[in-house]
Amino acid sequence: MNRIGPRLAASLLATTMLVSGASAETIRWARGSDALTLDPHSQNQGVTHNFAHHIYETLVDRDVEGNLQPRLATSWEMKADDPNTWVFHLREGVTFHDGAPFTADDVVFSLDRARSEKSNMRQLHADVASVAAVDDLTVEVTMDGPSPLYPNNLTNTFIMDREWSEANNVVEVQDYAAGEDNYAVRNTNGTGPYVLQSREVDVRSVMTLNENHWAETPPAVTEIVWLPIADNATRIAALLSGEVDLVQEVPVQDVERLQGSNGIHVTTGPENRVIYFGYRFGEEPLKSSNITEGNPFNSPQVREAMELAVDRDAIQKVVMRGQSIPTGVATPPFVNGWTEALNAYPAPDIDRAKELMAEAGYPDGFTVTLDTPNNRYVNDEAISQAVAGMLGRIGIQVTLASRPVAQHSPLVTSNDTDFYLLGWGVPTFDSAYVFNDLVHTKEGDYGAYNGGLYSNPELDAKIQSLGTEVDTDVRNATIAEIWEVVKGDRVLLPIHNQVLAYAMRQGIELPVHPENQPLMTSVTFTE
Amino acid sequence: MLAFIIRRLAQSVLVMLVVALIAFAVFRYVGDPIASMVGVDTRLADQEIMRERLGLNDPVVVQFLRFIGNALQGEFGISYRLQQPVTELILSRLPATIELAFASAMIALIFGVGLGVFTALKPRSPASALVMALSLIGVSLPTFLIGIGLIYIFSVELGWLPSFGRGQVVDLGWWRTGLLTESGLKSLILPAITLSLFQLTLIMRLVRSEMLEVLRTEYIRFARARGLSQRAINFGHALKNTLVPVITITGLQLGSVIAFAIVTETVFQWPGVGSLFINSVQVVDVPVMAAYLMFIALVFVVINLIVDILYYVVDPRLRVGG
Amino acid sequence: MTDITPRAAPGRTRARLLRRALASDIFYSWRRSPVTVIASVVALALILMAVLAPWIAPYDPFNPASLNLMEGFTPPASESAFTGNYFLMGTDNQGRDVLSTIMYGSRISLFVGFSATVLSILIGVSLGLAAGYNGGAVDSTIMRVADVQLSFPAILIALLIFGVARGVIPPNRQESMAVWVLILAIGLANWAQFARTVRGATMVERQKDYVSAAKIMGVHPALILLRHILPNVTGPVLVIGTIGLALAIIEEATLSYLGVGVPPTQPSLGTLIRIGQQFLFSGEWWILFFPGVTLVLLALSVNLLGDWLRDALNPKLR
Repeated sequence: MNRIGPRLAASLLATTMLVSGASAETIRWARGSDALTLDPHSQNQGVTHNFAHHIYETLVDRDVEGNLQPRLATSWEMKADDPNTWVFHLREGVTFHDGAPFTADDVVFSLDRARSEKSNMRQLHADVASVAAVDDLTVEVTMDGPSPLYPNNLTNTFIMDREWSEANNVVEVQDYAAGEDNYAVRNTNGTGPYVLQSREVDVRSVMTLNENHWAETPPAVTEIVWLPIADNATRIAALLSGEVDLVQEVPVQDVERLQGSNGIHVTTGPENRVIYFGYRFGEEPLKSSNITEGNPFNSPQVREAMELAVDRDAIQKVVMRGQSIPTGVATPPFVNGWTEALNAYPAPDIDRAKELMAEAGYPDGFTVTLDTPNNRYVNDEAISQAVAGMLGRIGIQVTLASRPVAQHSPLVTSNDTDFYLLGWGVPTFDSAYVFNDLVHTKEGDYGAYNGGLYSNPELDAKIQSLGTEVDTDVRNATIAEIWEVVKGDRVLLPIHNQVLAYAMRQGIELPVHPENQPLMTSVTFTE
Repeated sequence: MLAFIIRRLAQSVLVMLVVALIAFAVFRYVGDPIASMVGVDTRLADQEIMRERLGLNDPVVVQFLRFIGNALQGEFGISYRLQQPVTELILSRLPATIELAFASAMIALIFGVGLGVFTALKPRSPASALVMALSLIGVSLPTFLIGIGLIYIFSVELGWLPSFGRGQVVDLGWWRTGLLTESGLKSLILPAITLSLFQLTLIMRLVRSEMLEVLRTEYIRFARARGLSQRAINFGHALKNTLVPVITITGLQLGSVIAFAIVTETVFQWPGVGSLFINSVQVVDVPVMAAYLMFIALVFVVINLIVDILYYVVDPRLRVGG
Repeated sequence: MTDITPRAAPGRTRARLLRRALASDIFYSWRRSPVTVIASVVALALILMAVLAPWIAPYDPFNPASLNLMEGFTPPASESAFTGNYFLMGTDNQGRDVLSTIMYGSRISLFVGFSATVLSILIGVSLGLAAGYNGGAVDSTIMRVADVQLSFPAILIALLIFGVARGVIPPNRQESMAVWVLILAIGLANWAQFARTVRGATMVERQKDYVSAAKIMGVHPALILLRHILPNVTGPVLVIGTIGLALAIIEEATLSYLGVGVPPTQPSLGTLIRIGQQFLFSGEWWILFFPGVTLVLLALSVNLLGDWLRDALNPKLR
């Protein structure tokens, strides 16, 4: 257990605070799950990062529009004479919670730690060759080749203090396989706006304002009480009964009701995540189909028929209660490469779809199993269920196989599924991230989530060229070309972009963060 | 005596071994722990490295022996999800579950015995019929529905009681209790009631039927004939004779209360071992699941062992047969 | 109690006589208890509704092609604003008629409940007979296993069995096998009660002279068990079986609620409640309410029947 300071005193203090009710500065913040660890480089997971962002800081991060903004780095540029090197200029006068100064050496240490073998963040730094401090406030990151988008990969890589880490023997990321316990898993020393006071995993964590933080205007919230509440109904009930101030992961069906409840309001905004269906390409017969000769999904007519059978607007209206943005392209609008034209999608046309099915040689349709997660995305199971019904109308008889994500995602990565639902977030805000994992032929580092085994060598070459192309115009033109093929071939069947909803008591304002990582520093009180 | 205890102990060890094998086998094959540990966006090569580091590529026998060896030392490894030692996690969650189980056992015992006696003494009164009918509704309602209903009525609509968590806790060093603060006690009410209903019905029906049986016996008739007061007969003799099986059952049921707490703890977000278990099941956190199962088995084995030995001590007839 | 039946009387006649007497007695007590009559009527109505679902349900909710998503969330006793179709109990989030899903859902719940109980009875009775008749090592082994099984909550055991099945069955077969896995899981989790009761009764019967006589005459043990001992344990087995049926239905609901039950396209009552619970705060109460009430009515009426059966077969408690 985590014992910071005299426990009894802390809980007595917390008691008096509770008695005084929700003071204007305390925010009681409920989420569906807890941060997995306090070690900032151990897990690449949204909730964990969100928690860490209050205690630790990154060189750059994203504002609520998704734009990169300075944090511990005040500016950055590609070195004039060397396209392989990025230069970061650091903020002056920053100190860690224990008083130690923040310097370039800490950045070198942290980036090296983040790309070490046991770190879960290393994929984001895979192209880094070396990191070096030029002076106390300048760091140079040398890449294996030109990497025009590298700063986008830094938004969740947190900076730790070298001395503190060495003193506490946490230079290496925890190896929990070896049964190692690690000081950094339960203790923190960051530069962030809040200091961790107490933490009880899965129950509650308390953070208070860091008086020495570099920001000129201190945040309105001076104390954060973080309360993981897994059950949806219980979480909403806690807000309704006034036990918490802010709830994330609000079920879509409750948005309207909460909006109308006394003393509660809801803010919504698009998330940087698209929900889509994937299907198996290639001639090999499907495992779950009654068609044993050939693969119906491999027929362009069948894929077109499926797109025409799916009524995205009905899904948005009924299943998502209006809390989604239907889309015709498998990338969210935040992402470089997204266009209005790509986003367009055809109106459903069952008659035409049936004709196409007949043209493809399946006038009586076929059977197939649809694999869907049931605890990962907003209403994931209900979306799949609705699509199953829609496809039924053109003769495709879908059996729904619903599983927790822990059992679902291996089916996709090991290509054990014929037809599946998946969501894709784009943390780099660039289309290459989508192409690399979803479109490129499955080989080596590419195509890890290309569960349908789509393969197009021509596209593969173009996708690979994106990684090193420095000329932005050329690069964007290539992206547009790739999207055209992807959309034309119907490599994926996109449904919608997710919308996030935060519910809070009246008097609090918190804008939605596109990566679902709201910072309590952005909270304002209106009363 | 010694031989009896040794034989019982050996049987207990065997039971634990079987449970260990099941725990290991089931959880090793329920989904892919790696998939749940990493985000969906982690690259496959990194996943393979993690698999190797976690020893998931070793032969199954090796993995099982390693599991047993560690379990004997109270070592269940590090939680995949929370990256903390499992034993520590379970121990830190135990007080919450024990307080909840204890409170609900008390409710079940007090109301169960009270209502049981009442319905036995006044079997024909409409109130008894009502109690019996209600008790059946109690067993016919799934626990999760009862919990959600109570939250809806008492937290959301009436706003009287908290809907989740343990409230304010006081740390006594090795034991974190919610029984010393007002908010802690208030938080205990709804989950304890939810958890107690099933046991309450069980105890009530047991007391009722035992009471009815005892009230028919010769010595009660004799007592009545002797002119003892009805009160003295009912409580001094009849109830006293009923209590032995009731206490036995309650004791044996304490273990299932702890296990039954899984659903209650989930609904009320009660930070006990049950909710730890369910959270772990959802992400296939193998070490926690296995440890939980072993823990429950241990509780049962110990309780059964104690009951067996007590019976042996109390009932001399058992000694002959062995 | 002394056995007043003449020792020479053949067991078969005796059993038949006894059964007939019991039957009339049971019938009398049934008529005298209005609650039981109501419970039987309700149970029968629910069972009929489930069995006849394909013929009497207004819609076929298990045929995804017949659903219209735009009819979703139609309130009870009203017409869909989109298509004008009428729904007595409203529709759920997929546009399924709640009344029809309840009919079809009860069918699955009852099927799982019945099959699981029958499985428990088969296992429990055979093991109980074997233990009680043979005694010794067989007896102590079986009873130890039963003890262990009894001390674990059925839900935990069912979760385990479900987990094993998930690991063993290939992913593309899991959905079609889900119902059978549920039956197996619940059935295997509940046999111990039967085994205990049957063992007790068997041990009592075994001591009796007519069994010894049959043994001496060289009657095969299986025949003795079937002909003489089994009829004597049907009463208690029936009682436990009825209550076990109610338990099995609730267990199925809980498992489905925890998300390890049947697929949502072919929901049982538990799955319907899991789906409906999401809409508790958003005002669409009917999606949770009607399946919830049906489940409670079903479990309650079966429980009441079991309760009455117990009292009827054990007259001294009345």
